[in-house]
Amino acid sequence: MDAVTLHYDVSGNDFTCAGEASRKIKKTLKTLGFSPEIIRNVAIAVYEAEINMVVHANGGTIDASVTPEQIDVVLKDTGPGIPNIELAMQEGWSTAPENVRQLGFGAGMGLPNIKKYSDALRVESEVGKGTTIYITVINK
Amino acid sequence: MKISEIVKILDADVITGADSLDRDVRTVCGSDLMSDVLAFVKEQAVLLTGLVNAQVIRTAEMMDMQCIVFVRGKKPNLDMIELANDADIVLLGTQFEMFTACGRLYAGGMKGRSGR
Repeated sequence: MDAVTLHYDVSGNDFTCAGEASRKIKKTLKTLGFSPEIIRNVAIAVYEAEINMVVHANGGTIDASVTPEQIDVVLKDTGPGIPNIELAMQEGWSTAPENVRQLGFGAGMGLPNIKKYSDALRVESEVGKGTTIYITVINK
Repeated sequence: MKISEIVKILDADVITGADSLDRDVRTVCGSDLMSDVLAFVKEQAVLLTGLVNAQVIRTAEMMDMQCIVFVRGKKPNLDMIELANDADIVLLGTQFEMFTACGRLYAGGMKGRSGR
């Protein structure tokens, strides 16, 4: 089977719509017949990353490549970048503003949760240029 | 426990999903912090929350949760109800506060993430 590729543009203006791309990816994986556990792992990891993208980087793009063996998702933004990735990976570390915390996010669990639910996570970031997150979930 | 039992225990209103009250649910997560909810993976779970925004529904959808209970008389808006219908999630509303709602469900036999 050729890889199924998906592309989504994520708006940074509307927190209400944040998660729409993750939702569509989840539905596609369901249609393709992946197990509920694999689908959930991808959905949660991508959703956290999508929320981050909306909250911190004014949106961006999400590209997914799906094969029977694995699901690869790349989230790319042109936001402010992450000055210290090691710090950002720590549970509880957050730079989210108060309004985001009031919406139930910004507890510093985003990147740790992405790591927890994925088989591989790579974060590339340059301050002032943006961040690209590579998430892989293996179809076990 | 069936969702219909939760309706009784919490004296809850069924906001949407009246046709799905015979579904079995096994665990409960009570939180206003969606990032914590996303760290909580259990099959057939119920979310109790006092937070009311679209991300509550999306979070539950990503987690394959069956039912959301809004505590303290909080009401979801129409967009949230539509999202829940689309995701096939039952929405309930109770006047009980979080602590009391959790206590009543625990006393009724529901368990948390650890199964205790």
